[in-house]
Amino acid sequence: MLLSSLRGNKTFSHGIHPPENKEATEGQSIRRLPFAPVLIVPLSQHTGAPAKPIVRAGQEVVRGEPIAEAAGFVSVPMHAPATGVVERVGLARDARGDMSPAIVIRPYPAASQHILYGAEVDIESLSREELIRAVQATGVVGLGGAAFPTHVKLSLPEGKSVDTIIVNGCECEPYLTTDHRVMIETPEDIYKGARIVMRAMGAQRVIVAVETNKPDAAERLCASLPTGQPFSVEVCETKYPQGAEKMLIKALVNREVPSGGLPLDVGTAVFNVATLAQIGNLLPKRQGLIERVVTVTGPGVRKPGNYLMALGTPLRFVLNECGYRGDNVTQIILGGPMMGTAVASPDIPVTKGVTGILVLTKEDLPGVDGRKVYACIRCGTCVRSCPMHLNPSELGLLARKREYAEMVDRYHLMDCFECGCCSYVCPSNIPLVQYFRIAKAVSRKRKANA
Amino acid sequence: MAGLGVSLSAVLALANKRLHVEEDPRIDLVEEMLPMANCGACGTAGCRAFAEAVVAGELPPGKCTVNTPEMIDRIARFLGVDAGTQERRVARLACAGGAHVARTRARYQGMQTCRAAALVSGGGKGCAWGCLGLADCQEVCDFGAITMDEHGLPVVDEEKCTACGACVEVCPRDLFSLHPVSHRLWVACKSQARGEEAEAECEVACTGCGRCAADAAPGLITILNNLATVDYRLNERASVDAIQRCPTGAIVWLDEDVGAIKGPAAKKILRKNPLPLG
Repeated sequence: MLLSSLRGNKTFSHGIHPPENKEATEGQSIRRLPFAPVLIVPLSQHTGAPAKPIVRAGQEVVRGEPIAEAAGFVSVPMHAPATGVVERVGLARDARGDMSPAIVIRPYPAASQHILYGAEVDIESLSREELIRAVQATGVVGLGGAAFPTHVKLSLPEGKSVDTIIVNGCECEPYLTTDHRVMIETPEDIYKGARIVMRAMGAQRVIVAVETNKPDAAERLCASLPTGQPFSVEVCETKYPQGAEKMLIKALVNREVPSGGLPLDVGTAVFNVATLAQIGNLLPKRQGLIERVVTVTGPGVRKPGNYLMALGTPLRFVLNECGYRGDNVTQIILGGPMMGTAVASPDIPVTKGVTGILVLTKEDLPGVDGRKVYACIRCGTCVRSCPMHLNPSELGLLARKREYAEMVDRYHLMDCFECGCCSYVCPSNIPLVQYFRIAKAVSRKRKANA
Repeated sequence: MAGLGVSLSAVLALANKRLHVEEDPRIDLVEEMLPMANCGACGTAGCRAFAEAVVAGELPPGKCTVNTPEMIDRIARFLGVDAGTQERRVARLACAGGAHVARTRARYQGMQTCRAAALVSGGGKGCAWGCLGLADCQEVCDFGAITMDEHGLPVVDEEKCTACGACVEVCPRDLFSLHPVSHRLWVACKSQARGEEAEAECEVACTGCGRCAADAAPGLITILNNLATVDYRLNERASVDAIQRCPTGAIVWLDEDVGAIKGPAAKKILRKNPLPLG
């Protein structure tokens, strides 16, 4: 007891402490954004096979109605985010800058937008397989950003078992506060969802993890802990990337996920709080995922906050609603500043995996254009920051020589999950994580072609 | 010490005799006749491996695309085999969207390589299929065959190109492919966007209008995903007829002497400066 209190809050080794910048939005309750004149629903908002459209251009759809079905097991269906008419089914720009298939819906301005689809279901009566199928039918994917279909995570391969479910409320990315607000406003839904995944996986306990910078969320979660359930709330140190699943498993249950392995190899599964809140809310009603909470923040918007918005809302509409300061904006980032990606077009839609929209101005990015890259001085700061205990310095030198095979075989490149700590701390401004993303993309392409 | 030296040298002398590997002396001679570019275009690991394969009769000398015809002939005569020369192939770029005709929607500030830009929202280029213009291909070309023109598009010097395929591999948009020089009909576009959308992003985009398909020999050109696609198995039927009515000039005829020719109906591009951002 004494020892553990001396050790302070639970955490992992290495990592960084970037400025949090969460003040602008963390105290504001979730507000609903109106429907945009056009909603763009990409068929591939998740990892896995793109969904197959089951509507045609000109067809009327009702809010919550399935508009695309899952194409295989690693795939999820899509639901109409609003009552309206399907304008077209075709290519639309996505966040990666590619053109990918999407369903474009024009909502009816005068429609009541009631969700008429769904049916009450007693979840306690469902078997494990039925629960997994029901989760797939909701279309829920990892809402923390990865967008991996949740039902796939729930299906354990032969011979594997999970004893501990970790509910990830760390939200270590600077600026983002969606999970924070979800934990404060709908803790009951999170617990309902946790109960469902615990049953589906046959786990024995659930640990909800929150960082020390969200004491109000931890308090709300503790206050609404269901009685008679093996649930507990743990407070972790505020550190980036505490919310990465491998880091969280190490911090909470002191198990290390093997290289190339999954959390279930060490008997754990990690779910984001917003994912569970959606499952807890939707599954008992047999409804589909049609909206999510997104943090819109940064000095480039006048009305930062957490907004509940229909999936498919174009960024341009979101930014206009939030008081976009167009003149001075230099960068719009989907996700947080550490792992998010800059977007090239405001016409791309909000998808299931979008946690935040960060709008930065010239003053926030001084010298982003002319930042000189110096040679590696072998200071080892990146090695001390890498949460995966890789050697970014050596990997960076190999990347410059395009020795991608060597990076994969000898330096475990594929264990890098692109948290960006190495780039953040590098005194020589070496774009390490950018190198690694290229190296990983090339290696994956070569493997696919081989 | 001296004793140790003598005994070890004896061991070495013995090893030299006992472990001697008989190697075909012709391998060295053939290797000397190769360009030593070690480019890998022939499919082997390098020039030495290629020389071994040629001497063993596994590959014809003409498989080396970098070598001059005279040297290939010399190797063939030296080994008494057929030269097996293939038709000369060159790398071709399926994009003509330079900065003066293709829109840039956002200014890309990240690492100045195509591969990095392709990972960040496609680098701000309006066309999702077009050339990013950051010269990764120029950098990997060991033969100096690729140079960037004033509009930020790579230009292949067909004389210097050895069809090694380095540019084909490096391009994140897969715009390069290797073609025999006899493939004269060329669609310099990969955009699958619908007609007016493709043209809104790039003035020289293929809009999939189908005029070339109608004018060409039957089956030679088909419109697949809003893009004219040439079936090169029917290449001997290709003629300049196909490009005559192309409204954007996306399909060109690569003339041996004057280079790419656009049809008379193609709109004239007079602008020299890059299009404004946005």
